[in-house]
Amino acid sequence: MNQPFYVAPEQLMKDRADYARKGIARGRALVAVQYNDGIVVVAENTSNTLRKVSEIYDRIGFAGVGKYNEFDQLRRFGVRNADVRGYQYSRDDVEARSLANEYAQILGQTFTHDVKPYEVEILLAEVGVDQASDQLFHIMYDGTLMDERGLSVLGGDAESITERLRHSWKPDDDLATAVKKCVSALSGPDRVLHAGDLEVAVLRRGEDRRCFQRFDDAEVAKLQE
Amino acid sequence: MVVPFFNLENDPGSNFTSLLRKVGLDPFSYAHSGDVQSLQAPHGTTVLAVRYNNGVVMAGDRRATMGSRISNREMEKVVPADRHSGVAISGTAGIAMDMIKIFQLQLEHFEKLDGRPISLEGKANQLSQLVRANLSGAMQGLAVVPIFAGYDLLRSTGRLWDFDVTGGRYEEREFVATGSGGGPASTVLKVGFRPGMNADEAINLACRALWEAADVDSATGGPDVLRSIYPVVATITADGWERREDSDLATRFETLVQQQRSQREGTTT
Repeated sequence: MNQPFYVAPEQLMKDRADYARKGIARGRALVAVQYNDGIVVVAENTSNTLRKVSEIYDRIGFAGVGKYNEFDQLRRFGVRNADVRGYQYSRDDVEARSLANEYAQILGQTFTHDVKPYEVEILLAEVGVDQASDQLFHIMYDGTLMDERGLSVLGGDAESITERLRHSWKPDDDLATAVKKCVSALSGPDRVLHAGDLEVAVLRRGEDRRCFQRFDDAEVAKLQE
Repeated sequence: MVVPFFNLENDPGSNFTSLLRKVGLDPFSYAHSGDVQSLQAPHGTTVLAVRYNNGVVMAGDRRATMGSRISNREMEKVVPADRHSGVAISGTAGIAMDMIKIFQLQLEHFEKLDGRPISLEGKANQLSQLVRANLSGAMQGLAVVPIFAGYDLLRSTGRLWDFDVTGGRYEEREFVATGSGGGPASTVLKVGFRPGMNADEAINLACRALWEAADVDSATGGPDVLRSIYPVVATITADGWERREDSDLATRFETLVQQQRSQREGTTT
């Protein structure tokens, strides 16, 4: 009879984490920052149809990096959950915090129990009534949930991007300035990113019920001017 | 967790009602019981829609009745379904309001999951499925009959539909009116309709139709000057849904009253 080889739990977890990290590092990064009128998300994405950033609910946005089919499945879960909750209770009862917790549960569960962990990192952003009540939840492949202040960077090369962004970012920048800073942090000193390589969306604080708004290439080019 | 993480065979797709059924919240599953004729639930009445050169006008009175009693004076039976379409409901108010809520969520849910809105025709189709899902309710006297209208961005024109209780969906070319005052309202619209009317003319016509409906149908409310409650009137164009201000409607009804008064004086002298 064949006996399975013994693998130490530390080794098992480390292997899984390495596997997930490698998958995530292959994709392009994205950043989200607060600006004077909400939260802006800037992603490096050459596709015009397969989105990394999208709307979950009135004040909640979603962004993912890594394997597209995996974070898209998580996005759909988020939209469904939010819509059913809003139908059952009220629109005011849908909030990013509880959804972020559910994401953390799913990712954590899959990381420890399934054959393969998710190769994704996701961000759940909620725009509040003022800057102090904005929320950015960054959830890692293993279910680690981080509540971040002001800015959040996801994906490969996150450390150096965060480094660049921390120096330039200010919470009271206007939209165009914030977008420019995000783009230069994403591209680094050696590359230039054009509107076609970017996906930009905002959660705009204000009167409208649905705060999420996506910009097309022409609008992004205008913001970059 | 209310909503599970669906596997492929079980996935409800982009449809919100399928999702509700999957999670055990079927909105149309009320028990069949009791003597339905004795059930008194509030009813909403006259609603209408008219096409004009840049889109459609939708309008509805504000009264809800329970038997011969007025149960609500400020009900809004004409509401936006999404940016480029609106829905107007006559029938049992409680069910109608829930149906509107589900319909609005349905459109938004699809738009978010698929990343684009449903076509106008598709929206009308969705609504007819909701009406049909309520068929057993309709058999018990809890019928809901909506009107759906919107601006078709693919064809650059306003379009409108009416429905029957079985979910039958009929596209109309000029106007529709339904509810207990739908008869007189239709007649006014039929006589007054001119192809290629502008927004102003279409709104005046809609106001006149509601006025005449309220004049003969006790379940339809007219403009309530005392409480400043006016019908809901909205236009839907390429720029989207726009509800008309009460002050604008107040002036229009004022003019209407004066016209009628001078006509009457003309006939008596």
